[in-house]
Parts: sequence; structure tokens; C-alpha cells
Amino acid sequence: MNDKAHKIAYAVFALAVILLGWQVDNQYYLQLMIFIGLNTLLALSLNMLMGYAGQISLGHAAFYGIGAYVTAILTTTYQVAPVLALPAAVGTAMLVAWIVGIPTLRLSGYYLGMGTLGFGMIVHIVLREWSSVTGGASGFVGIPPLEIGLVVFASGKNYFFLVWAVVLLCLIMCRRIIDSRVGRALRSIHDGEKAAAAVGVDTKKLKLQVFVFSAGMAALAGFLYAHLVYFISPGTFSFVASIRIVTMVVIGGMASIWGALLGASLLTLLPEWLHAFSEFEMVVYGLILMGVMIFLPRGLTRGVLDVYERYRKNHDR
Amino acid sequence: MQEILQYLFSGLTNGAIYAVIALGFSMLYSSTELINFAHGEFVMLGALCMVTLAVNLGFPLIPAFFLSICAVAAAGLLFERLAIRPVRHPEPIVLIIITVGASIFLRGVGMLIWGKDAHSMPPFSQHPPLDVAGARLLIQSIWILIIVAALTAALQMFYRRTLTGKAMTACAVSKKAAWIVGIPTKWMVMLAFGLSTGMGAVAGAIIAPITMSSYDMGTMLGLKGFCAAMLGGLGSLWGAILGGFLLGILEALGVGYISSGLKDATAFVLLLLVLYVRPQGIIGAGEVKRF
Amino acid sequence: MTDNSHLLEIRDIHKAFGGVRALREIDFSLEKGSITGLIGPNGAGKTTLFNVITGVFPADRGEIRFAGQSVTSYAVHERVELGIARTFQNVELFESMTVLENILVGLHTRTRCGMIGSIFKFPRIRREEKQARKRATELLEFVDLADHAPRRSSDLPFGWQRLLEVARAMAAAPRLLLLDEPAAGLNMSETRQLGDLIHQIRDQGITILLVEHDMSLTMSISDKIVVLDQGRKIAEDTPRSVQSDEAVMAAYLGKGKNSGHGR
Ligand SMILES: Nc1ncnc2c1ncn2[C@@H]1O[C@H](COP(=O)(O)OP(=O)(O)O)[C@@H](O)[C@H]1O
Ligand SMILES: [Mg+2]
Repeated sequence: MNDKAHKIAYAVFALAVILLGWQVDNQYYLQLMIFIGLNTLLALSLNMLMGYAGQISLGHAAFYGIGAYVTAILTTTYQVAPVLALPAAVGTAMLVAWIVGIPTLRLSGYYLGMGTLGFGMIVHIVLREWSSVTGGASGFVGIPPLEIGLVVFASGKNYFFLVWAVVLLCLIMCRRIIDSRVGRALRSIHDGEKAAAAVGVDTKKLKLQVFVFSAGMAALAGFLYAHLVYFISPGTFSFVASIRIVTMVVIGGMASIWGALLGASLLTLLPEWLHAFSEFEMVVYGLILMGVMIFLPRGLTRGVLDVYERYRKNHDR
Repeated sequence: MQEILQYLFSGLTNGAIYAVIALGFSMLYSSTELINFAHGEFVMLGALCMVTLAVNLGFPLIPAFFLSICAVAAAGLLFERLAIRPVRHPEPIVLIIITVGASIFLRGVGMLIWGKDAHSMPPFSQHPPLDVAGARLLIQSIWILIIVAALTAALQMFYRRTLTGKAMTACAVSKKAAWIVGIPTKWMVMLAFGLSTGMGAVAGAIIAPITMSSYDMGTMLGLKGFCAAMLGGLGSLWGAILGGFLLGILEALGVGYISSGLKDATAFVLLLLVLYVRPQGIIGAGEVKRF
Repeated sequence: MTDNSHLLEIRDIHKAFGGVRALREIDFSLEKGSITGLIGPNGAGKTTLFNVITGVFPADRGEIRFAGQSVTSYAVHERVELGIARTFQNVELFESMTVLENILVGLHTRTRCGMIGSIFKFPRIRREEKQARKRATELLEFVDLADHAPRRSSDLPFGWQRLLEVARAMAAAPRLLLLDEPAAGLNMSETRQLGDLIHQIRDQGITILLVEHDMSLTMSISDKIVVLDQGRKIAEDTPRSVQSDEAVMAAYLGKGKNSGHGR
């Protein structure tokens, strides 16, 4: 897509958000859409790392958790204003990513997947076991609502607009990175690390940069999550959560920012629809995951395009 | 002294289980370069099948044991046929999501069949625990160690002595070369799946008497077995055994001397250490491609 | 001890892979602005030498000096920054990217925009991007691929992919260009075109080290030939003398004629 197409897409997107926020009054639907927004942030952040730079992470929920817990502890235990907790939450996640990234990003493929998985598990266990600080397995209660200046983001509508404004900003930010020199270098690592180095890309540094960036964005989502629900527990940031983020990226379509939005929407809505299946929920969820990956391994956005192209080719002949 | 011995016994028992799970991972990886995130769920199926057959249906132990293994291995073959073979571009990320999908699916199936409650069964033989220098050693632990030793010996024989075993090793070294010399790689992949999931079932069947089995027991066991496999060296038989026991013992000591809450962290800290320092594992063969 | 007339000095390089001694006591220099042909049978160690020069892996012993400075401890991307660019024996393009984007990545070391810059798109960054695109188009024109700029690089015919890879290496504005079998897989007219291109590159003042099995091409464009066999340098001389060298004939040319055509 060219620049103009993107601008139109952003405009349509913003319009849709405004219309939805304006028209929808049902608290349940608003909440659901807020969760879609948060998941979009997560999927987008992982997509930068996995879709564009080609580096698998099976522990991304750890950064989501770090963001949520840092703000929870600062705003509740230490009474820090949420606005000030934000840079601390994002900064902590980025610092952790930087420290962990140096040894981990030397690995690749399954080994990288395992390294990030191990890291994610350790963070999860620390959140669960360090009860004096994190509240342990039973969770952390009493997180204050988000106040920015005089505005309190408490009602569903306010939060809806806040989250989706952040999503839009992040979409634009990621798009700009991808279309720039940095983004091209990232994609070159995906296509061939050896060749990328041979044209002068500092692959080590760049991988670390994008890992840190993506951790920061996940922590931002964690921050928004904590001030949305006022109560957080380690279960939200487990291995299963990490896998869910990976699934959003892959099902939506790797290396596509709109794919992240699609994947996040589907994976947020799916469990809601599956409630109808009651105890068959897990079975159906598992089947859908497997089915999509077997038949559309490049995700829905790419997959549908592929099918369309094949169809067109057949008809041209 | 008595305390240390007690931890050691519990470590050895758990270690043996991790070793069997790790063997399943390693074996499958070496012939298919695939990591099966649903492996833990096959362990769960093994345990719950065993409980159902031995307790609810009143089968004698030995038939119950072998029937569970066969049933789970059959499920493993079905899994390969339906979910793995149709994949056209087997990239790691696609396979990870498919096997994770399978693990959710199997957990769902487990819940449908066995419900959300935990199930238990009596040990393989009714003897009071042995007293070794003041520490208690469960008879079931001895059973577990004996079965794991027998299994290892049998596998070693299989790989070294039988033509099929050698063919599998050849596949592990190079699929293409194996295909050229006429080894039917498709069958080898199926065999690897059957053996690997069967091995998972063995792990499930032998811990059923010392733990509460439920539909969600597999995830953590699977991840830890996986850590054990990495620790010893993914793809190596003795590596899996060593990794399993090492993990079991360190975990038990950690529980005893550090904190029981951090028990689960041991496996993952070890995993990170080994990945950072020696990704090919403790006795992994030489240079490993990091992909 | 710096030597002004030599751009690249290879001193006593050794490299072994396990038991395979891929390079032994390799010693030679490249004169500024010259074309040097590096030949030898398959497995002689030519690609390995390229990898050592560019820093893909370190040599076991010896030193690489570039423009009077030791680069032995430099990483691959740092050497590119200094002016060493290469192509690969098996074309290694960025396949999911367009032809133009491949060149733009090639300009990586000649542009500065970072993560922050890309997010805020400062005027300076916009200007840089514009210039980069202009330069990329020029490079595509240089190899006659400008009309194909928006195509996916993997969709190009093989011969063009080779040319694109050369252009991508040129984008780094190198002083030394290492070409690993650039004519492999090309037909006769494409090979002739490539020969012209290499001359033009040399005329821009760029020093070239060329690995090539096509003897007529190598012998006609090289100022000097270095011959490797089983990891050793067995000759270093003008094309004419090398062709009549007994040792070279024995080790290489006899076999080379066959392998040159029957690849
Ligand atoms: N990365 C590597 N690992 C192990 N052996 C290698 C590697 N690269 C090259 N070799 C070996 O080094 C020798 C020289 O190979 P190479 O430099 O590719 O030869 P050439 O390019 O002259 O055909 C060969 O025996 C090859 O097998
Ligand atoms: Mg070569």
C-alpha cells in the first residue's frame, strides 16, 4: 500500500472508532472493544518483532505483565500518580527486555522460542510467588483509575476513546518504522540474516532495538489494562497468554499491521462466541487454531489474498 | 543427611518422569525437527486412561498399562495424520501454533471425558514404604525407576540393534539422504510420533499412582520435560535421561533448601542457563545449528 | 607499515573447519583500482576467503588489512561501513522485498535514520529518504533494472537477480567489491554484459576481487590472477603467465575446463 492508501485507511479507522464510541452504550460491548484495543496493541508489538524482524517470542505476556504490575505497585502501594507511573512501567519493561535480549537474541528458531518461553515462565512465577509485593497468586487489588490532569478515565466510553487513540497512534508509529530505513533493515533480517549483515546492517543491535521497542509497547498495553480493571492477577500474564498473542499475530497475518488488528479482534471475540459451546469451548478453540494454521498458514489477511490471487489466475487463463 | 536423602528420593522419582517425557520430545525432534507442544497432553491422556482402565474398569495392571500406551500412541498417530502431515510449509512458528492448538484441543477432550475433578489410583503394588537411613522411599518410586531403566535399555537396543532403529537414526541425520537410500521417511515420521506419544503415555501411567491426575496436568509436565530435554541436549537419548534426573534432583533440592514456591522456576532458570551458555545441551553432539 | 598502493592486504591467513583445512598461509594484496581474479577448483577455499575478508567468521591465524588499517577484529557490518561489499555465490536477495527496497537496504550504511527519527519523520529524515530513493533509482538504471523497481525481487529472472545483487552491493559505496561467481547461471550474452559492468565499476575507482569459473571472462578482465588449490595459494601472476603455469595447469585448468561448462 502506498502513503495515500494508508492515510485513507487511518481516516476510515478513526471514523469507525468515533462512530462506535458514540453509538454504543452497552457497557459489555464497550468493554469488549476496549479489550480488542489492548490486544491489538499486544499483537502489533509482537508483530514488529515476529512478523517483520522474524524473531519468535513465546514470552511476550511477560512484558504485558511487567507493565501492569509496575503501575499497580507504584500507583497503589506508593501512591504515585498514574501519569508518572506510565514512563516507569514502560521503562522497566524496556530495561528488562534489553538485559534479557542480549543473550537471548543470539538464538534463533525453536531455540529462541524456548529462551523467550523460559523467560516468560520465570516472570510469571515471580509475579505469583513474590506475594509481599505483587499480592501473589490471589492477585493485586485496588488499582486506582487513570487520571490525566482533570480527566478521570473511568467510564467505559472515556476509556474506549483513550485506548483506541493509543492504538491509532501506535499503528501510525509502527507503519512509519516499517516504511523507514530501520524497518527495511528489520525485514532484511527476516529474509536473510547473513545477507543483511553483508549489506551493513548491525543485526545484533537492531534485533535488540526492536525487542526493546516491542516490550515497551506491550508494557503500555499492560499499563492500560491495570487501570481498566483495577485488579490484576498473574494468570493473565501466563504462558497461555503469550501463546494467545502469538496466535493473534499469526492468524491475523504476519508482517501486516492491519493483520494485527484483525487477529486481535478475532481472538478476543472468539471466546465470547464460543461460550455458546459451553464445555466444548476448548475443543472448538483448539480445532480452529489448528485448522487455520493447516489451511491458511500465512494467516487470514494473506491467506484470503492468496486464495483470491489463485482464483484470478485460474480465470485469466 | 536423612533430609538430603529424602529430597534425593523425591528428586529421582520426579527426575525419572521428566526423563521419560524428555525422551518423547527428543525422539520426535531428532527425526522430524518438530517440537510438540501437545506432548504434555499425551502424558495426561496416559495417566487418565490408566486410571480409568485400572480403577473404573477393573483391568489388571499390566494390561491396563499396555492398553493405555497403545491407545495414546494411536491418538498420536492420528494427530500426525490429521494435523501435521497436511501442513505444506512446516515452519517452526506454524508448527508451534498447530501443536499448541492440539494441546488445547486435547485438554478440552480430557475435560469432556474425565471432567474437571482430579482422579487417583493405588500404587502398582501394596507395600509399606522402605526405610533407607531414616528416609522414606515409596515402592511406587522403585517401580518408576525400574520401568524407566527398562525403557531406556529397550530404546537403546532399538536404535543400536534393529534395522528400523538405525533407519530412524539415518532420518535424524539427513532426511534427504535417508530418502535416497530408500528409507521410507513417511513411515519413519509416523513411527516417531507413535513412539514419542507412547513414551508420554508411559510417563502418565507411572505417575498416576503418586499424583492426582486431571485434564490440566499436562501443560506443566510437558514444559518441564521439554526443559529437561534441552538441558541434556535436544535429540540425544542419554541427554534426555541426564537432563530429566538433573532437573528432578535440583528441583527437589530447591524445594527443600530455597522455597517450595519457586519450585517451578528451577526448570526454566536451568533452561535459560543452558541456552545462554551451551545451547546444544550438556551432552548434545558438538555443533548444533541454532537454525 | 602501511602500503599506499594496496587497498587490501591478506597476510598469512589460516582457516580450518574441524579437520578440513580450508585456507593455509594465504598471502596476497590487491592493488587499488585493479581487478583481481581468484580462481581454483571447487572446494579450493575461495568462498571461505571471502567470508574471512568480510568477517563472517574469524580466521584462525593471520591478518586482514584494509586501506592500511587492520580490520581483523571488525564485525561484518563495520567492514561494510569501511567500504568492503560483496555478493554471494548463491544469490541472497531479500526475497519478500521489492527490487527498489533491496537497493534501499543496500544503502543502509550510507543513511542515518534511526528508530526515533523514523517515528517522527523529521524534515532531515524525509530529505534523506528522498535522496536514498533517488540514488537507488540511479543504481537500478546502472544495471538496467529501473523498470522493474516495484517488482518482488524473487520474481525476477535469475540473471537479473545477479545484477540486482551487484547493484545492492554497489549501494554501500564500497571501495572494494568482492564478487563470488557472478556469472554462474548466466547465459553468454548476460555474461558479456556482466563483464562490461565489472569494467564500469572498476572505472569508478572501485577495486574488485572476482571469483569466477568462466575462464574467458576472468582472464580477459583481470589485471592479476591468484590461484588457490586445496586451501593454498599456488600461483599469483598476470593472466597470461598463469595460463602457462605448469602447476596451475595440473591443479586446475585441466579440470577447470570441464567443470566450467558442465556445472
Ligand atoms: N561453514 C563451513 N563449515 C565447514 N566447512 C566449510 C564451511 N565453509 C566451507 N567449508 C569447507 O571448506 C572448503 C572450502 O570451501 P569453499 O571456500 O566453499 O570453496 P570454493 O568456494 O573455493 O568452492 C570445502 O572443503 C568446504 O567443505
Ligand atoms: Mg565458492
